[in-house]
Amino acid sequence: MRKLKGLILSVSLLMALFVLSGCELIIFDSAGPQAQILTDLINWSLVWIGIIFVVVLALFITFVWKYRARPDNKDYMPPQEEGNKVIEIIWTLIPIIIVVILLVPTVKSLYALEEVPAEYADEEPLVIHVTSADWKWIFSYPEENIETINYVTIPTNRPVIFKLTSAGTMQSFWIPQLAGQKYTMANMETELPIVAEREGEFFGRNTSFNGEGYREMEFSVEAVSQEDFEKWVAEVHEYADELTEEEYYEKLQPSHLGRETYVGTHLQWINHADHGGNANEKILNPEAYRGHGYPGKIFHDPENAGQQHDGGDHSGH
Amino acid sequence: MDIKWDQILIIEEPIMFWTFIGLIVSTIGLVAGLTYFKKWGWLWNEWLTSTDAKKVGIMYITLGIVMLVRGGIDALMMKYQTSVPENTFLSAQHFNEVFSAHGTIMIFFMAMPVIFGIMNLIVPLQIGARDVAFPKLNLLGFWITASAAILYNIAFLVGGSPDAGWTSYFPLAGKEFTPGIGNNYYYIAIQISGFGSMIVAINFMVTILKMRAPGMGLFKMPMFTWTTLITCLIMIIAFPIFTIALLAGMLDRIFGAHFFTVADGGLDMMWANLFWLWAHPEVYIVILPAFGIISEVVATFSKKRLYGYHSMVWAVIVISVFSLLVWVHHFYTMGVGPTVNSIFSITTLAIAVPTGIKLFNWLFTMRKGRIVFEQPMLWALAFIPTFLVGGVTGVMLGMASADFQYHNTLFLVAHFHYTLVGGVVYAVFAAFYYWWPKFFGFKLNHKLGNWHFWLFNIGFNLTFLPMFFLGLDGAARRMYTYSAETGFAPLYMLSFIGTLIIAAGVTIFVINIVYSTLKEKRITERDVWGTGRTLEWMVPTPVPAYNFAVIPKVEAIDEFWHRKQTGKEFVNEKEIKDIHMPSHSWLPAYIGLAFFISGFLFVWEFQALAIASLALPFLGMAINSFQYDDGFYIPAKEVIETERKDRGEQQWKAK
Repeated sequence: MRKLKGLILSVSLLMALFVLSGCELIIFDSAGPQAQILTDLINWSLVWIGIIFVVVLALFITFVWKYRARPDNKDYMPPQEEGNKVIEIIWTLIPIIIVVILLVPTVKSLYALEEVPAEYADEEPLVIHVTSADWKWIFSYPEENIETINYVTIPTNRPVIFKLTSAGTMQSFWIPQLAGQKYTMANMETELPIVAEREGEFFGRNTSFNGEGYREMEFSVEAVSQEDFEKWVAEVHEYADELTEEEYYEKLQPSHLGRETYVGTHLQWINHADHGGNANEKILNPEAYRGHGYPGKIFHDPENAGQQHDGGDHSGH
Repeated sequence: MDIKWDQILIIEEPIMFWTFIGLIVSTIGLVAGLTYFKKWGWLWNEWLTSTDAKKVGIMYITLGIVMLVRGGIDALMMKYQTSVPENTFLSAQHFNEVFSAHGTIMIFFMAMPVIFGIMNLIVPLQIGARDVAFPKLNLLGFWITASAAILYNIAFLVGGSPDAGWTSYFPLAGKEFTPGIGNNYYYIAIQISGFGSMIVAINFMVTILKMRAPGMGLFKMPMFTWTTLITCLIMIIAFPIFTIALLAGMLDRIFGAHFFTVADGGLDMMWANLFWLWAHPEVYIVILPAFGIISEVVATFSKKRLYGYHSMVWAVIVISVFSLLVWVHHFYTMGVGPTVNSIFSITTLAIAVPTGIKLFNWLFTMRKGRIVFEQPMLWALAFIPTFLVGGVTGVMLGMASADFQYHNTLFLVAHFHYTLVGGVVYAVFAAFYYWWPKFFGFKLNHKLGNWHFWLFNIGFNLTFLPMFFLGLDGAARRMYTYSAETGFAPLYMLSFIGTLIIAAGVTIFVINIVYSTLKEKRITERDVWGTGRTLEWMVPTPVPAYNFAVIPKVEAIDEFWHRKQTGKEFVNEKEIKDIHMPSHSWLPAYIGLAFFISGFLFVWEFQALAIASLALPFLGMAINSFQYDDGFYIPAKEVIETERKDRGEQQWKAK
């Protein structure tokens, strides 16, 4: 018994220790209103589940301690209670109330996260198309006519609308300090509005497992002031190379790439998000994913593929 | 034909090579041992062809424990790989195969067989029946599950391992992105095991509905039987969805269809929907019987009736309904829009209410009781706080928008291990210690049990608590390694140490089984723990093949307790007659083998041959139709002898 109490005590101490250091955890360090909504919601939920946890644990410890078998209560015959309607109704109602308390802000936030925050609604949003491919992130700026790989530069205090799609596997786009996740899917488009209120470099990654290169599917978000952003755009147009169609399809092959910057976007050649069409068929290349083991049959006709592959750099790490 | 052995036998890596050698050596050892001790006949006649639900149950559990060890070794490899940053113990590909195997094996071939095994052992006894409704079908269910397990388990050495996670999401799992045959194993083996699960569901549903002892109304059934009944209902509703999804996935992979592909109008999101439409109920398929076990154990060791029995039953029913209405919460992040996400947040959080009711019922069962800290009760007690952690973090994850930050992180992984290990596995250990003596006639050693309990508990919390914080710090799941700059290293290391402690605990559990089998005192009391409440404690220990010499007439909830209190006798010798028993059958083993062969041909994409081989299981069924075997009788004299072994217990009558 004492051991049990000791365990519970040490576990809760361990937890407290973690929570105290929790202010440094990335999802509590929001850099924009969307992420802040989530941080607030999570904190709100932590308060309530904390209460539940403490109450139930207190009941548990009290009952286990108080009603433990002792040599002196050997002949004690416990009452064979069936239950108690009033008590049972109470412990049904209280959880219902707590659930409602948690659901109201959840539903509100769900709607809020789909929109550009009200205080930025008047500003002209920057639209960036995000395409995930194995195993890199491609960002296209249609207005600025720029394409970047594995990093995205955004202006602070201006709404940015990410239009997400995939050139193959399903992936999850996540910048914990700016917004929660959303999937990228081939033949689909999802939207994620964000605002960065702080300059800096933010970590982003794919969290939806998509094969051998999954772990490396990270990118960074460079949040800079509006002037710096314009300067960056100008610089890109001055120094970066033009993206060619052939080169773009080469990039889509399974490989790991560093940060790259190009003038021009792929949006002129292919719409990965085209829901009704079959745009992505020509970029699929199963042969590039060959690993060890017995090779299975491939039903995809390689002659349809736009790119005649050379295997790509799929083993490169 | 050009055969490349390195494509067929995957032993290029040293770990694989030595595993392969180890498997061969232990197989030879096993075969040699069985031959030397002349145990083949015993194995075949007493076990592999036995239609006795108790033996089928023990075979299920044995399969589950073997798979627990396999899945556990996978877990150790993963944890060792991530214990330090940029570790090179496993390659990315190998790590992907290992975590896919870990998840699939633990759910399909560990949790489910063990739960099915416990159902087989306990349900007939709790309802006062001599066997299940369809004994031969029951054995077939085991054989199909076992052959699916073997098929899945050979994948890593023969032809390539599945590497798309236990969720096996399309399009990744399709031929467009994983062209080798590895993932075929998933779609075929799991489909086969699905037949086994369906057989269990139908069998136990019929058993419980039709074979209860006279007088046992639905609301006099023990809690474990109730949860089994509801579990069977969920299985019957949920499994067909999965079977169809797996069939479509198989057609995509092996026959070039386009249900879930990126190209040619496939809809990969449909896989996620169908998968979770089954997989969320699946969580309840394993956790509801666990709730039942905890209810039995808490009541017995508190020496009290289960508090709020009726509300508990209704809580289980409500949970089963909601379990089918929450599947979208596994992919809130798919962008289905705020309205859909809101609805699914509501249904998800609604489950917290009946779950809370159960927790309070257990707590109030202990209140005013006399709590004895025997091994089973320790596990049931530890279940409460760990499952509470799993539950409250589940509420956090259920809040759709907050989930955008937790989704696919280690926070999620920690959560579901707190429910599936802290819930299901704890309950299963409670069940082992609780019912073990009933079937084997001796208890598991107390001291070793304590070591098992404390090591497992400390190890478990050390493994999974840090993962909550890693998740909140942005650590995604399924990453085979991470860089030192992330700062994840200390917590990952802590988690690895925890896994080692768990492994030590499980090892002691296995040692305990061996030690107790050899050394523990044999017992013959019917009421092993002294405070048994339900009918399984009324039959002799160890349980005879026929279970009940006389089918009891049930008057009250907790009939055995009622009889002890009123002094009513357990068995009236005058009523004992010859008992009819089902015969052994070799057909289930044959059909299991047939499914294995057929499945193997499908995996290797010999399409025509594979389809033709489907005749093999049908042949077994045809043979079955021409077998006229009416079973055999155990003579009344033999039954009376067995029943008289523990007359000393009649002292209960005096009270």
